Amino acid sequence: MRVQLFGTCMVDSFFPEVGEATVRLLEHFGVEVDYPRGQTCCGQPAFNAGYRQQARGAAEHFLSIFTGDDPIVTPSGSCAAMVKHHYPELFHDDLKMGELARSAASRVFEMSQFLVQVLRAHERVFIGKGRITYHSSCHLTRSLGVREEPLLLISALAGAQFVPMPDATRCCGFGGTFMAKLPEISCALADDKAESIMATGADTVTGCDSACLMTIADGLKRRGSDIKVRHLVQLLAEGL
Amino acid sequence: MSEEQTSRNFRANSAASIADLSLRAAMKNATDTFGTRRTAALEAIADLEALRDKASDVRMQVLDRLPEYLEKFTTNATRAGATVHRAADAQAARELIGSLLKERGVKMAAKGKSMVSEEIGLNAHLQAAGIEVVETDLGEFIIQLEGETPSHIIVPAIHKNRQQVGRLFADRLGVPYSEDPQVLTKIARKVMREKFLAADAGISGANFAIAETGSLVLFTNEGNGRMVTSVPKLHIAILSVEKVLPSLAELPTFIRLLPRSATGQAITSYVSIITGTRKPGEATGAQELHIVLLDNGRSEILAGACREMLKCIRCGACMNVCPVYRTVGGHAYGWTYPGPMGMVLTTLLTGMEKSYPLVDASTLCGACVDVCPVRIPLVELILKLRERRIKEGYSDTRERLGMRFFGAAVQRPEIFFWAQRVSRLFWPVIQKLTGKDVAGRLPEPSSRPFHRRMP
Repeated sequence: MRVQLFGTCMVDSFFPEVGEATVRLLEHFGVEVDYPRGQTCCGQPAFNAGYRQQARGAAEHFLSIFTGDDPIVTPSGSCAAMVKHHYPELFHDDLKMGELARSAASRVFEMSQFLVQVLRAHERVFIGKGRITYHSSCHLTRSLGVREEPLLLISALAGAQFVPMPDATRCCGFGGTFMAKLPEISCALADDKAESIMATGADTVTGCDSACLMTIADGLKRRGSDIKVRHLVQLLAEGL
Repeated sequence: MSEEQTSRNFRANSAASIADLSLRAAMKNATDTFGTRRTAALEAIADLEALRDKASDVRMQVLDRLPEYLEKFTTNATRAGATVHRAADAQAARELIGSLLKERGVKMAAKGKSMVSEEIGLNAHLQAAGIEVVETDLGEFIIQLEGETPSHIIVPAIHKNRQQVGRLFADRLGVPYSEDPQVLTKIARKVMREKFLAADAGISGANFAIAETGSLVLFTNEGNGRMVTSVPKLHIAILSVEKVLPSLAELPTFIRLLPRSATGQAITSYVSIITGTRKPGEATGAQELHIVLLDNGRSEILAGACREMLKCIRCGACMNVCPVYRTVGGHAYGWTYPGPMGMVLTTLLTGMEKSYPLVDASTLCGACVDVCPVRIPLVELILKLRERRIKEGYSDTRERLGMRFFGAAVQRPEIFFWAQRVSRLFWPVIQKLTGKDVAGRLPEPSSRPFHRRMP
């Protein structure tokens, strides 16, 4: 099997190790990873701020890079949701682009979704450790409907204990440009999230979106916590 | 109220709220309680999703044929003895109600809870005209004593804790301090009873207007709604035009959904259906009933791309779950309606110039969409308003320039990666420029981005 990896701009600039863990996991399951060159950003920052024209430009670029029939896999619920739901909508009035958008939408998988639904990775054992809690990010949960998959994978981490987080589905405060435009609120939300995490007594918090994890890490830092923040693919890749 | 709108200061307002720790504790506590109760109450409904679909369909049906239903409502309410007025805007509504009261020599009006009356700034207008207005909903009574406006559409005094209410009552009513809710309620009740008996008129809102029968429907808990609408000789009800339902047959759907979504109650203590004036042989009911149907921009909303906002039945569930609302409280939004429904409705009703920063008051997390009983696509509407803000010229200049660059770079990998390198090189400068709250919260960009690690 071959997949096209969409690394996302967040991973590319700030969290390359998340991208590497994604590749390691996929290859471990015998998947050939194609990293289409020239990929940039899905366009979500523009789309969410109301800049539809720029978002369309980003989408056109994405669709010119991610061609063919292979599944598109990405370690981000938010970016996957953008491709899945908003690309077809952006090109609803464009026959040719609409076709491409619907094709990409039907092929896109968030990584935990792909690991469980296609590779059935949760049926094998990974080596885990410590007490792990999980933040259920908004677009992953509400837009993509991915609720169980990350939990199944966490329970496959033998040796680790899962501790549920109170209000796990409450927003971390990132919200794209929201974090820059209303930083006071964004920080307050991140602080609340950090407190929920600290209340679990976990030593590690995980999730499926680098931007949310970054916001969480900042909230924890401000609270003086030493709880580790790891993308789920990192925990799994380390446990191979 | 409209003249004091401070929605443009949303960021400063919210920063002030965030610094107010007792406000934040009260908000967290109350919204959590309502959220939990709501979830529990809705679990009892087996066909919840189908019920929400139905409620949404009914509301859409009303919006699709609104003039027709309003005509029908007017005919039937008139037949039942009411006088129905149409008010094009806030000023027309205020003046209409003011002159109705003045012509009848009203000195004091007892008022039930009505967000529409807040929207038009009714109390201030009447008081300026020499008419005393007494709020009789407990929450409204509290904020009236304090000289505040509601910070939640269902729970007007949600931002106050009982210690604050105790001190307020001791100060303003000259009663001994108590923080026991039961004692406080009794005090309020005693004050209000006297007012009810002395009032020459009752003013109320309404949750729904039934086209087929000309009835008004009110969901209330404290009994004050019944007093206001039936004790004084004169009753004036004010509601916005979209509140109409086709017939009583649709009401059970909303009886099942509205109280559960709002307060987590299976039903409110009272559901009043008021059809016209007191008939011969009836013991209660107003002898004169005036119904004011307020447009105030709704017809325009109805004709636009955000018309689904008018499906709203004012349950407040969206604000209880909204991370932003829970954190900043209702006053930060700077006008009558707060939270997700409020940021959309305020922008639509008052225009972009007065409210453009409100459009940012969402992380787009979608928690509101999950709970909306009539399936208003709030996130979609917020995105539409952000788009409209750019078109109307109220977007932030730095953001606009940034997005223009983003739009160009995102399609040209060589520029995109060049910008990536430049921002890494100048990271300390960027951090300094954007402050510790923005780039200071991001990790340093990697010296070897992922695309350079891939073959």
